[in-house]
Amino acid sequence: MNWNLFVTELVAGITHGAVYALIALGYSMVYGILKLLNFAHGDVYMVGAFIGYGLITVFGGATALSINIALLLVLMFVCAMLGGGLLGVMIERFAYRRLRTAPRIAPLITALGVSFFLENAAQLILGAQFQSYNSFSWKNGELWTKGFTLPGQVHVGIAQVIVVVGAIVLMVALTLFVQRTQTGKAMRATSFDREAAAMMGIDVDRVIVVTFFLGSALAGAAGVFNGIAYQQVWPYMGFQAGLFAFIAAVVGGIGNLPGSVLGGLVIGLAESFATGYLSSTFQEAIVFAILIAVLIVRPSGLLGRAAVQKV
Amino acid sequence: MDGRDVNPIPARPDEAQVPKVGVDSWVATHEGRVHRHPVLAAFDRVPRPAFYLGFAIAAALLPAVTSDGYIIRVGFDTLLYMLLALGLNIVVGYAGLLDLGYVAFYGFGAYGYAMLASPKFGLHWDTLGVIPVVVVASAILGFLVALPSRRLLGDYLAIVTLFFGQLFVTIYQNGNRISFLGITRGYDVTGGPNGIPNIDNWDLGGLKIASVTGYYYAALVVFALVLGCVYLVDQSRTGRAWKSLREDPLAAEMMGMPVNRLKLIAFAAGAAIAGLTGTLFAALNTAVFSADFDVPTLIIVYAMLILGGAGSLGGVIIGAVVVNVSLEVLRTPDHATWIFYVLILATLLVKLRPWRVLAVVLGGTIGLGYAFHAIMDAVWPRSTGGASTVGGWLGRALDSWNLHPSTPQTIASVAFVFLILAVLVLTVTHGWVRWLAMIPTLYLAAFVWDNRLVVEPSITRLILIGVILIVLMNARPQGLLGTSRVEIV
Repeated sequence: MNWNLFVTELVAGITHGAVYALIALGYSMVYGILKLLNFAHGDVYMVGAFIGYGLITVFGGATALSINIALLLVLMFVCAMLGGGLLGVMIERFAYRRLRTAPRIAPLITALGVSFFLENAAQLILGAQFQSYNSFSWKNGELWTKGFTLPGQVHVGIAQVIVVVGAIVLMVALTLFVQRTQTGKAMRATSFDREAAAMMGIDVDRVIVVTFFLGSALAGAAGVFNGIAYQQVWPYMGFQAGLFAFIAAVVGGIGNLPGSVLGGLVIGLAESFATGYLSSTFQEAIVFAILIAVLIVRPSGLLGRAAVQKV
Repeated sequence: MDGRDVNPIPARPDEAQVPKVGVDSWVATHEGRVHRHPVLAAFDRVPRPAFYLGFAIAAALLPAVTSDGYIIRVGFDTLLYMLLALGLNIVVGYAGLLDLGYVAFYGFGAYGYAMLASPKFGLHWDTLGVIPVVVVASAILGFLVALPSRRLLGDYLAIVTLFFGQLFVTIYQNGNRISFLGITRGYDVTGGPNGIPNIDNWDLGGLKIASVTGYYYAALVVFALVLGCVYLVDQSRTGRAWKSLREDPLAAEMMGMPVNRLKLIAFAAGAAIAGLTGTLFAALNTAVFSADFDVPTLIIVYAMLILGGAGSLGGVIIGAVVVNVSLEVLRTPDHATWIFYVLILATLLVKLRPWRVLAVVLGGTIGLGYAFHAIMDAVWPRSTGGASTVGGWLGRALDSWNLHPSTPQTIASVAFVFLILAVLVLTVTHGWVRWLAMIPTLYLAAFVWDNRLVVEPSITRLILIGVILIVLMNARPQGLLGTSRVEIV
């Protein structure tokens, strides 16, 4: 057994899984409240990644930064989360709100349209080519040469630490928000039963807007994390990431926040081990197999409870 | 109340004609109350098959009218899209299932035909043998894909099928070195990125089809046959069962419908039609590549179905014609510019009432354009340095009305973002604010169209498809020809 390869893929899988988990959280939150599969969520992640890229470019590019690297990182996250959140709220307001009472298929098709529109509009505005965060060369490679070494001579760069720690911080913050605040309580109530929540005096519209904002802000942050760890951003990056993240949410149990994190890790690890031990072309097949297996064996997801449909 | 009815309700004069039991009379008479334009009402009285026959005759005459190979090729593509939309109509329009892996079956049919009738494996099966094999195999594949998600909510079906479609594209793309668990050597099955070239032509029992016109007629015949079958199924017990499933799966199950079996049949039927269409596609193009069966094709077929009205056969035909022909027209900047201004003008003329509003908006837009052009010309000459892409008097008029910067790319991209925002603002304003806000929005739209969208037709068409889906779903979810749902509360 090649220990080095195993640990390398483990670290890569956790890093990737953290990004998927962040996107999956937004999917899961929106699905929990609206029962809507928001296909455009992956494209919010893409927009977040581009906002981060834009800030790097504005401040002189990765090789010649004009401000402190930590300050830049903070700025990137704040802007990407705000931008992503606002985009999510706009999508909800203009594309989905009128369709709340429509047959289920209508908002799904709209979501496809929004996703397709965002991808191609981004391509029109920003061009189809890949852009690079160039994080390897930040401050002479500080983000990757610094770090620590795991058993098996596996080097873990500080970039990967930022991604994993940052994702954990955001997840804890989200959990605290949902569990401890008044709005979080309203979100849980709405997710449990929207009509009953409205009758109890909860402003459902406001709850939905907050949900979209939070979920999309997490996706925007995930875009920046992905840029830091894997450099490349391009207009169609949201499609596959969004798909994998949604599968992560389904695997973990959709509507269940810890489940989304678990699902994200499972998908990230599966993808990374498939790449390491088989070939990168197998990752989709492996993830698909996991999805089908979960749907057959445990349709409510690993941590989800079986939905009881009321008649 | 002492039990006596002081004011007894008078008997309805039409009591004899009103259905008494079992039918909600309000719903039953809903159609009669909907105001229809007299011309449309006259159309409604013509039996549907007469329309299809009229369309088939008109389509059959196309090669007689023009000998332009390009036009016939566009006609062939439109027929293929119609076939695809017809199959998708069964799954989405009748059964109400969201199948996002639909084009994978199209690709499966195309690759299936390519493998069985090309030098790739040295197989040159008879076309009449290949087609049934491919169609049945597609149907079985559709059945298998729907199987794991049959018990689940529609959303799971959507995600499983979408992922299945992606997986299929990956397999086609990397199918040139398929090995069994990495043990055997890599076998070349799908040709990978090079696709499968040199595919045989259709040969229907000695009747060889080799020209574009030939394929056009072949597609038309296939389309007519499929349309006939779908029409009969639509009228049948199964068709009614599908529609009841779409309207309310729970009620359908209560009525004793085999819900799961109906879903699987719908899926398999849609997949079979897509597979059949794939064989036509492969035979005309004589080569297949995986990129033709990716998400953009899927979304285009969805846009056709939604535009025409899911569940309506006539809508499928009209949706496919409108979407495919307009996407073709957009390819040339000259036509694209004309289409844009004619459409905008027509929409304004039809939609803006009373005429005062129309006069203000139109006059305001034209005046704003000339004034803005004059100011910018004086202040910053580079902003008017370029020229319109269209020639003739329209081009000359646009050159003195619209801004054409010499290097428009960046500024027009920024303007595009503002255009999106402006349109979103329009949707939340009302009355005079909206009419006045419309003036700069229209001018901005013209600027973005002339300077950016016209020069990037391949992206513009995809953006427009996305816009069609969003706008239609919000404004008119039943499409052009579909009937709106009557909700019984």
